[in-house]
Amino acid sequence: MRNFIRFIVRYHLFFLFLLLETICLYLLVNYNHHHNQTFVNSSSKLAAGVLEISSNFTDYFSLKRANEELSRENAFLRTQLPENTYNLSEPAPVNQLTEDSIHYRYRPAKVINNSINKFHNYITINKGSNHGIQPEMGVISARGLVGVVRHVSPNYATAISLLNTQFKISARLRETNHFGSLEWDGRSYQYAILNEIPGHAKVSVGDAVVTSGYSALFPEGILIGTIEDFELNEGEGFFVIRVKLSIDFKNLTYIETVEKITRNEQQELEKLTSDD
Amino acid sequence: MINQLGRYLLSFIAIVLVQVLVLNNLNLGGYVNPWLYVLFILILPVETPKWLLLVFGFITGLIMDAFLNTIGMHASATVFLAFLRPIFLRFLAPRDGYEPGSLPVPSHFGFGWFLKYALVSVTTHHLFLFIVEAFTFENFFVTLWKSILSSLVTIMVIMIAQLFSSREKRRI
Repeated sequence: MRNFIRFIVRYHLFFLFLLLETICLYLLVNYNHHHNQTFVNSSSKLAAGVLEISSNFTDYFSLKRANEELSRENAFLRTQLPENTYNLSEPAPVNQLTEDSIHYRYRPAKVINNSINKFHNYITINKGSNHGIQPEMGVISARGLVGVVRHVSPNYATAISLLNTQFKISARLRETNHFGSLEWDGRSYQYAILNEIPGHAKVSVGDAVVTSGYSALFPEGILIGTIEDFELNEGEGFFVIRVKLSIDFKNLTYIETVEKITRNEQQELEKLTSDD
Repeated sequence: MINQLGRYLLSFIAIVLVQVLVLNNLNLGGYVNPWLYVLFILILPVETPKWLLLVFGFITGLIMDAFLNTIGMHASATVFLAFLRPIFLRFLAPRDGYEPGSLPVPSHFGFGWFLKYALVSVTTHHLFLFIVEAFTFENFFVTLWKSILSSLVTIMVIMIAQLFSSREKRRI
């Protein structure tokens, strides 16, 4: 016992250090949601990880081909969606005309280069003008919005990522239809900021944020993310909303480009109007 | 003694205010943020009891956390720095040891010495802070890069702060 006390006294500094760090860690895990989740997740990951590794090895060999097939099938299915086809022989009712006459074409591609840690992030994909890809086409994946094609070479294309501080897109709340502009603040690859939602709109955590369809790049209603938190900017009367992106940009592999076939027509018309 | 206590209390308040009111709103280029408050731990007298250093580190960190809504994060990093400070000082000690009453500031040991001291301490603190912030070793090089950038900015701010306080310190 005396030895034990001597031991404590001798290393009292180190024990005090440990004690304080433990208090810090305790506070950190208990009061910060993000850390809390990581803590719980990583501990359960340990057990599940072992099982996962073994199944990963066996699945791995067919994975690449399976992914490509799924991605191609996705693109095909999207083209088949009712709002993407229109039938000339059968005149649509007036109130559906605008929606039905929009026609989108999807092309699958694979991401071959990607970054998330810069302020101007770009994505390179393995399809180019030979495959019908042109600048200013939207880029989406099965889980949501990715970016917009910037430059095109015969076999490759680069796209400006949503994780680019120069990228701005019109987005709306799925529940209330209020729209605002979404941009990335250059901080975390998981979050973007939605501005210009008026203060009287009903906003709640967890609501989906989707594309508004005004930009002529993306169809309406493509998922962008969900509301993580928000605050009212008292001076301006607008909400500043933090959106948790639905896409994990860290492991983006298969994407699709969206082409709006009537886009030129829409733009020419809008240009005519704004020139007046 | 009382005089000294008052001076440290004043400098503590000044440092915290500058940190909270000015530097926390700076956010250079998105994620580079100078953490000037570590200066308070750095400039405490060489003979400060080690346990007191730890307690001071804990309190300073907790106050910063209270302002930043990151309970525990800065406290843990500052306690870590306070724990390592005596070791850093031992490595940087002059050939015949520290004289009683000496302060680890440029006016006592020179600009170059202080720069070395600040560089080691601030980098350690920031690296610990950013690892705790990320709470993972994934993307370790991003964390490393962020902490190096932030350290450089912090050291710059610390050097500027030293220019303001040096005139007063020389009188001791």
